[in-house]
Amino acid sequence: MSRRYDSRTTIFSPEGRLYQVEYAMEAIGNAGSALGILAADGVVLVGEKKVTSKLLQSSRSAEKMYKIDSHLACAVAGIMSDANILINTARLHAQRYALSYQEPIPVEQLVQSLCDTKQGYTQFGGLRPFGVSFLFAGWDKNHGFQLYMSDPSGNYGGWKAAAVGANSQAAQSMLKQDYKDGMTREEAVALALKVLSKTMDSTSLTADKLELAEVFVQPGTGEVQYQVCSPDAMGKLLAKAGLTQPAPEA
Amino acid sequence: MECVIGVVGRDFAVVAADTSAVQSILVHKTDEDKIMLLDSHKLMGASGEPGDRVQFTEFIQKNLHLYQFRNNMPLSTAATANFTRGELATALRKNPYSVNIILAGFDKDAGASMYYIDYIATLHKIDKGAFGYGSYFCLSLMDKLYHPDMTVEEAVDLVDKCIKEIRLRLVVAPQNFAIKIVDKDGARDYARREIGGDSPAAATTAATVATTA
Repeated sequence: MSRRYDSRTTIFSPEGRLYQVEYAMEAIGNAGSALGILAADGVVLVGEKKVTSKLLQSSRSAEKMYKIDSHLACAVAGIMSDANILINTARLHAQRYALSYQEPIPVEQLVQSLCDTKQGYTQFGGLRPFGVSFLFAGWDKNHGFQLYMSDPSGNYGGWKAAAVGANSQAAQSMLKQDYKDGMTREEAVALALKVLSKTMDSTSLTADKLELAEVFVQPGTGEVQYQVCSPDAMGKLLAKAGLTQPAPEA
Repeated sequence: MECVIGVVGRDFAVVAADTSAVQSILVHKTDEDKIMLLDSHKLMGASGEPGDRVQFTEFIQKNLHLYQFRNNMPLSTAATANFTRGELATALRKNPYSVNIILAGFDKDAGASMYYIDYIATLHKIDKGAFGYGSYFCLSLMDKLYHPDMTVEEAVDLVDKCIKEIRLRLVVAPQNFAIKIVDKDGARDYARREIGGDSPAAATTAATVATTA
């Protein structure tokens, strides 16, 4: 029955479903997971890197974390080639806003504009939806630190803690249990690593399987900063959290 | 001829403009409002070609309203100034608007601020300024009398001195002026400065008495 309705994104099935959009969400369920936590003094994003081959040379240290503007970053779960298109649009939109108003774009506006693009692909003929979920972390003068999650249908929402990708349901419920209001960034990182260590498939957690990015305000200058954790620092964090053995001194 | 004046005080800004609608040597009316309330906390005093002035200030106002509806937050004064400048700059190489603008606003975080924007898309953040023939008299007066933490009374007094000077020295001085203010409580009318008719008040009363008698 569904065959008649799942070949097009734009057609509802008799049960009122959009199969292509659901399939896109399914695609994300197989991707490396990412989670984000809103802390009192910043936002933390942690992602699981799927190491496909030892021989693969990654061109950059972070492959799931992208800086969109100086006050705004995102973590990706899903089809990376689809994500690249959307990230490009997001960066373009952020700079267009800055050109018009000489001010950084408010976080929700950026998220909304990107979700409008995503929504368009669920309605206009012949196109497949983007197989990407995003976690957006940012700061603006009106609402301070913010965390948003978006899915292929173009829905988005603000969260205190959120997870996307493989096992995101389990991660989400763990976050729900352990999240406390007013956590510091350090506590948020510890919680994020703990949750990810329990929801990831791989048995041992190592620094090269994880990515950590933070958005926070520099205490001295008051400027918003985006910082990606180096593999070395990541190893130390994992050892500190008791999730892995410290790497032997070379 | 047209005069637009602006002063930023301690936690407010005052914008004054003449209210004459003039076409060559003719005065068509003397109650034309040239200071637009863009939103609850922004004033836009404008001079220039009357059609362009109305069209452009309304265009900016409607864009600000649209932004507010879409995003549930107002645009800051600085962002509005840059947006306005951008629109003038885009139009400049196509179909330029001939309008000069004094934009004043009050933001919760930044306080009161004022911007000078001219028809060739110049943007300056200023705390006192003027446009038009009146500026030849006002600017020097402001240099002498302005200080940054003025009270509303002091600022309006400064504006009054400017108006007085314009009326004294400018051949084509406009009759009436409107003064508006913006502070934490919003943008609103403050006062009008009007020159009455030729007949002194006493003579008129005497005449009325005579007719009734």
